[in-house]
Amino acid sequence: MQPIIRVENLAKEYRLGKRDAAYGTLRESIVDAMRTPLKRWRGRNGVSASEILWALKHVDFTVERGEVIGVIGRNGAGKSTLLKILSRITEPTTGSVKLYGRVASLLEVGTGFHPELTGRENIFLNGAILGMRKAEIERKFDEIVAFAELEKFLDTPVKRYSSGMYMRLAFAVASHLEPEILLIDEVLAVGDAAFQKKCLGKMGDVAREGRTVLFVSHNMVAIQSLCRRALWLDRGEVVENGAAGAVVTNYLNKSFGGTGATEEIWDDIATAPGNDLVRLHAIRIRADGDSSEPLTMKTPFTIEIEFWNLVPEAQLHLALHLFTEHEIIAFTTGSGRDLTWSERPLSRGLFRSVCRIPGQLLNAGRHRFNILVIKDKTSMIYRHESEVTFEIVDLAERELSWYGREPGVVQPVLEWTTEHLGAV
Amino acid sequence: MKTLTPNGSSLKGTHEDYQTRAETEAVSAPQPQSLPDQPLVTIEPTKGWVSLQLRDLWVYRELLYFLIWRDVKVRYKQTALGVAWAIIQPLFTMIIFTLFFGRLAGVPSDNIPYPVFAYAGLLPWTFFSNAITNSGNSLVGSANLITKVYFPRMIIPAAAVGAGLVDLAISFLILIPLMIYYKISVTWNILMFPAVVLLTALLALAVGMWLSALNVKYRDVRFALPFIVQLWMFVSPVIYPTSFLPPRFRWILSLNPLTGVIEGYRSALLGRFFNWSALAIATVITLAVLVYSSFAFRRMEKEFADII
Repeated sequence: MQPIIRVENLAKEYRLGKRDAAYGTLRESIVDAMRTPLKRWRGRNGVSASEILWALKHVDFTVERGEVIGVIGRNGAGKSTLLKILSRITEPTTGSVKLYGRVASLLEVGTGFHPELTGRENIFLNGAILGMRKAEIERKFDEIVAFAELEKFLDTPVKRYSSGMYMRLAFAVASHLEPEILLIDEVLAVGDAAFQKKCLGKMGDVAREGRTVLFVSHNMVAIQSLCRRALWLDRGEVVENGAAGAVVTNYLNKSFGGTGATEEIWDDIATAPGNDLVRLHAIRIRADGDSSEPLTMKTPFTIEIEFWNLVPEAQLHLALHLFTEHEIIAFTTGSGRDLTWSERPLSRGLFRSVCRIPGQLLNAGRHRFNILVIKDKTSMIYRHESEVTFEIVDLAERELSWYGREPGVVQPVLEWTTEHLGAV
Repeated sequence: MKTLTPNGSSLKGTHEDYQTRAETEAVSAPQPQSLPDQPLVTIEPTKGWVSLQLRDLWVYRELLYFLIWRDVKVRYKQTALGVAWAIIQPLFTMIIFTLFFGRLAGVPSDNIPYPVFAYAGLLPWTFFSNAITNSGNSLVGSANLITKVYFPRMIIPAAAVGAGLVDLAISFLILIPLMIYYKISVTWNILMFPAVVLLTALLALAVGMWLSALNVKYRDVRFALPFIVQLWMFVSPVIYPTSFLPPRFRWILSLNPLTGVIEGYRSALLGRFFNWSALAIATVITLAVLVYSSFAFRRMEKEFADII
């Protein structure tokens, strides 16, 4: 079958450096022209390689009609440039794109909204900017207003709208576009949970209608749930193009690394962190199962701490303070829970304490921890801020249609029961 | 005792969302629909001079209408005098000109009462100068549109010129009492009026479009514009008639397309003889500038989103 989008050897070059940055002034151009009158004919040779940035290069892919395809990659990977070329905002430097259907792009919601105009007026203006015909807007007008839930404020200038109302109106217009190909850039990053729900619900509708959607997002849960296929870009090149689940996993692996290598080791007892009483030998994170895979919210893992006890008959315990990326302590826990050692003093020597952290406890995000060495259950004799950090990624299959990160430092799976106590 | 019920709507919402998602995933093959064999759009780098893509402009004609409508709607919002500004500008300029040039300096006015003479010249001049100023700055002022949505960029400067036509129509109304007061009757020449208005608009579009594209790359345009406008007025027969100059120098003045245009307004409105040769020169120059500036615009257009 004929693909609806065919991208061949696409590349986009940006010139960096003073001359072509942002915008020039006439004087600079004139001075340049006088200094290097042959520059125009020398063409590309006149620009050193360091001044060229390839936002995209050798990009080839096709999209079949009705496919919902996710585009992922780090910031600056070329995702937005790709969308801008597909939506004809900017031109490629080489290569071609063939589109076999009408395109609408949503790189931003509310493009062209004028603050002085009323909601009603902005629906028409924004609709026209997004490529709708006047008759089409008139036909869908009531539907748009109902979707935005702004009947009462239709004749209020949008500058008096709250930001939530503004977003609702903007999205209502955008979601009534009926292109064959829809390009969406991170629209879901804005707005509250209810708004995101609405957006994603609408995207589902769009997909169901058999439209083709190209969707750029950093939200891996949304990508996995909505897209069957994903395209992973890095430094302007396609790294992988395939089933969404596999591409997302590989991308997360590459970006956040497996947990296997995340450890700190000190071999020399003389220089290892610690003091005359205790010194650390190693700290590591070990995930259950394949250590090359990213740590998901479901994966149980252990934090291992190896230390030298330098004083005979010491009553030592370890405490662990686990921090979220916002430097909030998610929880604290101590090795005194191990009854074998809770009352028993340690001899001189190397010890290993292991803390087991179950799956479905921590929330997604980057975590770090502090190790505290406690003597006689009361006094802290050493504190170590570990360099070991780990990222917990959210790949949970969701029962509900909320794809954002749930708030909260932890995300335990708790049991719920509901009983019917009788009729009213 | 009243029992508190949980928020029913949110529970219902959740249920519906669950269904939505289940259905979304159930969607498999899209409905079979025939695809065109030829791509609807082919995106490729353009080199050198490119086509004007007038068809694309036609497709987006409604956007032109909406942008003009927006400019008109917004222009006088939150002003105390509102649309009266469209009249105040040429009216007060006319009064000052009449006092200084008409009375004090005694500039001739081809036997037309000086106020009417000046106002008939100020109509096209005010329109033209505002139009090139607004359209010259229009692209830079629409950076948010240019970097986020595709449409033929020419629509932006064109809309700025179009919105100026509304002001022209309003300021035209003042000419009627002036003509009645000075007992100047309307002649068949008025039939030429739409043609000269069109010519002014095309000239303003040609100049404004080119300046707006240049402004994207060289912000110098913003500073040069007021200066250009000021100088241009003095080489155009706004304050003085062409006959003010010795006959052997008049041809120099008619190289300025605005000469033919402004004289054309006076002829059409005040029933004077048309200077057909000046009008013909103005038309030819306008069309030539328009063609050049459209192609130049299209050539610069591809860079807009990257450098604006």
